[in-house]
Amino acid sequence: MLKSRRIKGEPLFKIQRIEEESPTKSFIVRVLAVLAALTAGGFFLSLLGHNPLVIYQAMFKGSFGSVMSTQGTVKIVVPLVINALAVSLAFKMRFWNIGTEGQMIVGAIAASYFALFKGNWPHFLLISTMALVSIIAGGLYGLIPAYFKARFSTNETLLTLMANYIALYAVQYLKEGPWKDPGAKGFPQIARFAQNARLSMPLGVHFGWIIALLAVPLVYIYLRYSKQGYEIAVVGESEKTATYAGMSVPKVIMRTMFLSGGLAGLAGMLQASGADRTLTDTVAGGVGFTAIIVAWLANLNPAAVLLVSFLFALLEKGGGYIQSMFKISASAADVLQGIILFFVLAFEFFLRYRIIINKKGD
Amino acid sequence: MEKEQLNGLNAIELKGINKSFGSVVANKNIDLTVRKGEILALLGENGSGKTTLMNMLSGIYRPDSGSVFVYGQEVHIYTPQDALNLGIGMIHQHYKLVDNLSAAENIVLGTKTKKQSMSQLAKNIEQLSLHFGLNIDPNKKIYDMSVSEKQTVEIVKVLYRGAKILVLDEPTAVLTPQESKKLFAIITKMKEEGNSIIIITHKLNEVMEVSDRVSVLRKGECVATVETKKSSAEQLTELMVGRAVDLSIERPETFKSDPVLEIVRLGVRNDEGVEMLKDVNFDLRSGEILGVAGVAGSGQKELCEALAGLQKVEKGAILYYKENIVGRTPDEIIRLGISMSFVPEDRLGMGLVASMGMTDNMLLKTYKQSRGGFVKRSPARLKAKALIERLDIITPGTETPVSKLSGGNVQKVLLGREIESQPNVLITAYPVRGLDINSAYTIYDLLNEQKMKGVAILFIGEDLDVLLELCDRIMVLYDGQVQDILQADQVTKEQIGLLMTGQKPRELKEVR
Ligand SMILES: Nc1ncnc2c1ncn2[C@@H]1O[C@H](COP(=O)(O)OP(=O)(O)O)[C@@H](O)[C@H]1O
Ligand SMILES: [Mg+2]
Repeated sequence: MLKSRRIKGEPLFKIQRIEEESPTKSFIVRVLAVLAALTAGGFFLSLLGHNPLVIYQAMFKGSFGSVMSTQGTVKIVVPLVINALAVSLAFKMRFWNIGTEGQMIVGAIAASYFALFKGNWPHFLLISTMALVSIIAGGLYGLIPAYFKARFSTNETLLTLMANYIALYAVQYLKEGPWKDPGAKGFPQIARFAQNARLSMPLGVHFGWIIALLAVPLVYIYLRYSKQGYEIAVVGESEKTATYAGMSVPKVIMRTMFLSGGLAGLAGMLQASGADRTLTDTVAGGVGFTAIIVAWLANLNPAAVLLVSFLFALLEKGGGYIQSMFKISASAADVLQGIILFFVLAFEFFLRYRIIINKKGD
Repeated sequence: MEKEQLNGLNAIELKGINKSFGSVVANKNIDLTVRKGEILALLGENGSGKTTLMNMLSGIYRPDSGSVFVYGQEVHIYTPQDALNLGIGMIHQHYKLVDNLSAAENIVLGTKTKKQSMSQLAKNIEQLSLHFGLNIDPNKKIYDMSVSEKQTVEIVKVLYRGAKILVLDEPTAVLTPQESKKLFAIITKMKEEGNSIIIITHKLNEVMEVSDRVSVLRKGECVATVETKKSSAEQLTELMVGRAVDLSIERPETFKSDPVLEIVRLGVRNDEGVEMLKDVNFDLRSGEILGVAGVAGSGQKELCEALAGLQKVEKGAILYYKENIVGRTPDEIIRLGISMSFVPEDRLGMGLVASMGMTDNMLLKTYKQSRGGFVKRSPARLKAKALIERLDIITPGTETPVSKLSGGNVQKVLLGREIESQPNVLITAYPVRGLDINSAYTIYDLLNEQKMKGVAILFIGEDLDVLLELCDRIMVLYDGQVQDILQADQVTKEQIGLLMTGQKPRELKEVR
């Protein structure tokens, strides 16, 4: 940190935007962020009377210590990665799609229709249809705000946000109304999917992990090397320039949002058919919002999205594990997560700004 | 020099300033002094490090080494606030105003003065402006302002904060000659009151007119400081470029064929429904440069955009080899071989993607033409490298974001790309806006080279001297109408000037 002579009446420190960036510094700051987060979290744990090192070790063990815990962690990672990729696609275009939550739900609803009512179809046909309709449904749901933005320049942030709630209420309506399971003794829930409508489980985790793993390089290549990815970057930078270059801006916006929504929709299908084996109103359960943080921390880079998703899953899975192991309350585990997250996010600030401490005036 | 320092006559003294960005050395061991009550002109080609040096004075960058003295005291400037506390205010090339606030609100924004009523504030501002002969309406919103008005707000902003040392980075690049005159009157007045002014400009006549001394930068080094009175435009150019430069522009004779482009009764309205082009008729032949003169906002932008398919045409036709292209998409027009490059006031504007490197910018208008779904970067990279060589573009590399290049280099990238696409029609607006002399001449040579290849060129310019020397014919626009089209070697600057203001000199003969 720098020092400068402090003039009377000046604050103790000043904040300056960093105009020059350096990759080494970014890396060091990010490592420091994790260390600071763990230290602060550790302090909190000691206050509760625990040995932080033991707890951290347990968190890691709880998420990756055994085959079963690793499988559980991967299960959390899958929807997070796919949603964060969906967010990245839109954000690259500076289209603030904060509606992957809703797009995921809508995808899950569409897939569930086939799972519930066409359960007698052959497995492969049924699963392919479910995947396809989830992509189309999620994509169309993403297309709505895109259309309004392209056509009437409405604010996409507001529209995608509100669409989340509409989707959520739609599942709740289905659960309590038309799709209510008559066999659940009046309890409002949707029936479990037939065996045919469930994803296979290679290596003990539902098939979604293979999709997620494939999606990462695909989205990377799409953004970095395809013509459409190039168009996304240009439109994100300046719509005027894009028009000048002969691009159709509405077309690019709508196409990209269809893809973004489609990816999120697919995540919904994978979650319902692979993990939950039914449709619940927590099928997304906030993943769409967490994905925004993941995408942001990953700087919209697909490879980094994968890494950051694992870190988030570790926090969540490990948090659950220490609750049962050390009788730490659920809220305390949440606070720990919050502290760690706060530090990681706060340190991002230091990548963009520098703080200058003023020396006392002489 | 020693004595001046003792007397505290120097407002600013820079000693051995160095600054690098990665491998690019922007400033090398620079010594510079600015006296109290003087106007120092800072001259240098694009990319010679002028803006960087001034940014270190105003707290945007910090020097890698070297020391800064302000009124004899050694100081360290870390933030723009530090600079202001020392009395240094900078007017940047790109203005930093909040669009939907009023002038007065922008002026007090971020200051720690006690809350005062808006009317009191307006009064203070008026007083300040009156004193220096500045003309602003404190309640006018920034988005309603012309470039020159915005600049005035920027100036009042720093004066209001008590600046005694004013740094102006290419303030006249976007002003009309009349507006520039006004600005010079203001800074001359400031100087007479003992303030110090550093002004960056590429226009040598301005340097000669307004400055007391000139410091010349070349490739990051300060090569000379001279008294303006004892110098000449030729000497300054030579210092700046490093060799003698011939200041006349060629106009090669070419064979002119039938019209490539015929504009017939063209009418265009803008988004607000105002008629911007009225009944415009002209033609453009291959192997000629048709210049367009006119005061800012006479329909130049609309004409360019209509030709490029970016602006809806209300009436009339644009015939390209006898075929009407009105209604074609921009993409189709690019494919026909009509290239348009418009250098707007903010320079980057719509022709380039600021955050992308040269390679990706080379692809902007041609990426669709390759086969398959992927962009082909390696040929584009080769093109970028060739362009760097050919036009002497100063950049750390083909992947450095073009926003990091200095203004002149940005324009070379833009025009270079358009020429690289081997168009049949080249429309170029303000291609030398803000360029240093050497770069401007490179651009004129490029245009002439294209003309000799048989390209039809529409050149929208600001500088009448250049239009008269470079173009074959000159079309004068006034209020969206073609006043006249004249043979460039048969008119005078005065005659065009009159036409530009809507008057028709009687003795002009029609050459259309
Ligand atoms: N932030 C930056 N990052 C990298 N290079 C830069 C940056 N700012 C300026 N440069 C480089 O430093 C050199 C000097 O630039 P500049 O000071 O803008 O020149 P001038 O104002 O004289 O046209 C140029 O080569 C430019 O590309
Ligand atoms: Mg500059």
